[in-house]
Amino acid sequence: MDNLNALLQGFGDVLTPTNLLFALAGVIIGTAVGVLPGIGPAMTVALLLPVTYGLEPAQALIMFAGIFYGGMYGGSTTSILLNTPGESSSVVTAIEGNMMAKAGRAAQALATAAIGSFIAGTIGTMLLVLVMPQIVKFAVTLGSPEYLAIIVVAFVGVSAVLGSSRIRGLASLLIGLSIGLVGIDRVTGQQRLTLGIPQLADGIDVVVVAVGIFAVGEGLWVAAHLRRKAAEVIPVGQPWMGKQDWKRSWKPWLRGTAFGFPFGAIPAGGAELPTFMSYMTERKLSKHPEEFGKGAIEGVAGPEAANNASAAGTLVPMLALGLPTNATAAIMLAAIQGWGIEPGPTLLAREPKLVWALIASLFIGNTMLLLLNLPLAPAWAKLLQIPRPYLYAGILFFASMGAYAVQGQPFDLYLLLLLGLLGFAMRRFGLPVLPMIVGVILGPLAELHFRRSLQLSGGEWSGLLGGPVAWVGYGIVVLVLAWPLIAAIVRRVRGDDGGDGDGTNGPAGSDGRDPLKSATTNFGRGGNVPDMGM
Amino acid sequence: MTVLVGYVPNNYGEAALTAAVEEAGRRQEPLLVVNMSRDDVLADAHRAGEEQLDRVRRDLDELGLTAEVRRVEHGNDPAEALLAAARDVDASVLVIGLRHRTPVGKLILGSTAQRVLLDASCPVLAVKPA
Repeated sequence: MDNLNALLQGFGDVLTPTNLLFALAGVIIGTAVGVLPGIGPAMTVALLLPVTYGLEPAQALIMFAGIFYGGMYGGSTTSILLNTPGESSSVVTAIEGNMMAKAGRAAQALATAAIGSFIAGTIGTMLLVLVMPQIVKFAVTLGSPEYLAIIVVAFVGVSAVLGSSRIRGLASLLIGLSIGLVGIDRVTGQQRLTLGIPQLADGIDVVVVAVGIFAVGEGLWVAAHLRRKAAEVIPVGQPWMGKQDWKRSWKPWLRGTAFGFPFGAIPAGGAELPTFMSYMTERKLSKHPEEFGKGAIEGVAGPEAANNASAAGTLVPMLALGLPTNATAAIMLAAIQGWGIEPGPTLLAREPKLVWALIASLFIGNTMLLLLNLPLAPAWAKLLQIPRPYLYAGILFFASMGAYAVQGQPFDLYLLLLLGLLGFAMRRFGLPVLPMIVGVILGPLAELHFRRSLQLSGGEWSGLLGGPVAWVGYGIVVLVLAWPLIAAIVRRVRGDDGGDGDGTNGPAGSDGRDPLKSATTNFGRGGNVPDMGM
Repeated sequence: MTVLVGYVPNNYGEAALTAAVEEAGRRQEPLLVVNMSRDDVLADAHRAGEEQLDRVRRDLDELGLTAEVRRVEHGNDPAEALLAAARDVDASVLVIGLRHRTPVGKLILGSTAQRVLLDASCPVLAVKPA
């Protein structure tokens, strides 16, 4: 009951004209960047970071939350109309959604996506209200060793479980951790990785890293692949659904929500896995299996609900533990740190107003998004006609301005360019961006807890093992890292029947791979978007 | 010598096409239909779909005209694409659809038609939809 009271209080705080305006701005910007492939909520939040240092934390967070949710709505529009997913989370939507659009049912596809997103987002946010405080209650009892273990689980989760290649994930994490190390060591006063450059002594600002990797890296990538055939504009009427469409959509919406929320909440979830699982489930359960591959509405409704629910789920570890599980959450976390607020289990106790206002704004933003997206979907699709040079000139301008504004040093601009080149190289060689940005943001925190644990135990390594939570955590880490080995052994022992137990990529197994692959090929830009858009 | 028409999938394009068919008949010359699709945008409203171009081909066939339908997919400048095609085939006349614009609208948006009118080295027939 306490939570609901606090939530109502949060609604009271949000319902001021200024805050509503920020929420509206957030959802509009979010939808816009969601529609545009390659430009995701993570990049947008990064670009807006320097601007928001002048705002109240609550207002900025309300806007960021709107951008985050809006990106999930907008991504589906592009998926359905262009067969080019606007966001990585709507890759699966493109499979059936675009077939529906080609069959002249674009309006219904857009409607089921928007309404499903709304329902899933609302249920997901409700679950967030119920689950998050419980986790906080548990988390405040954790000491440094346990907290370190949880961070390590998150590191391994984002780098080894998500994405196609563990090596690349871990390499990317290592790059991130190295960048996080730059600067003066707070304990010993030693300079680390500063190359004797005085400007690096304070470390590299997260804004510069995020903007460099997301905005400049993406800009360079697009510049290297500028020319590309345009698509025809598919005429869309007003999105609407018939009785039959409602009947076929509501169950997938709920099932998608059930898939999405828990996956968003665990550090290795992301939005791709649950959307894919939802798609596979709908295909199995559908009464019209023959329609799958030709535009089945269930195949749009389920995954769209799943990706919005996972967005809500992502906020559970972010608010309760200070752990980001996707890129947007990682940068929101950096923003919270930027205001001098310490994220983590104590956030709810110290800043209850901020947290509950943020959650209340999610409900409001979600409603705004439904109202914005349902009637305006055709207008959003017009954004796709903006010539890319204009778009990226704008992005690079904002990126440079943001990086310069942090400290007013020209040095940061060189750094920005360097990091942009790094971002370009990472895209070129298929390194996922998420582990890197998580490494940059959580690295210093991990080090802090690492040292604190050792200090508490007087330098005894056993101090790192702490209590049961840490044991479970490290157990999971060992299991995940050793999984290929274990799986290989199990397979050898049991003959060659080991496919079923393959937990890491079980849902993406055998027969499900083809549709996803065809959708990703339609990206026309390699593995770039999947890492970006989260 | 050829009659060249810039085709876009809307009523301006249709008006231009109709006028060009008449012109080709009157001059007893082959017809070249060009559709320009920009390559720096994700979706282009001026891009004619394959079915649309096929329909145009069929219609021209039925009229018994010697005609070619071409799509240009490179670059971001429809005027330049059209003028280049005109130079290529040594067009005797260039037919385009013209949109009504207020002076202010003209100022803001610039105009492909204006570029074509100013830069073409052959006569240009500018048509407005009925």
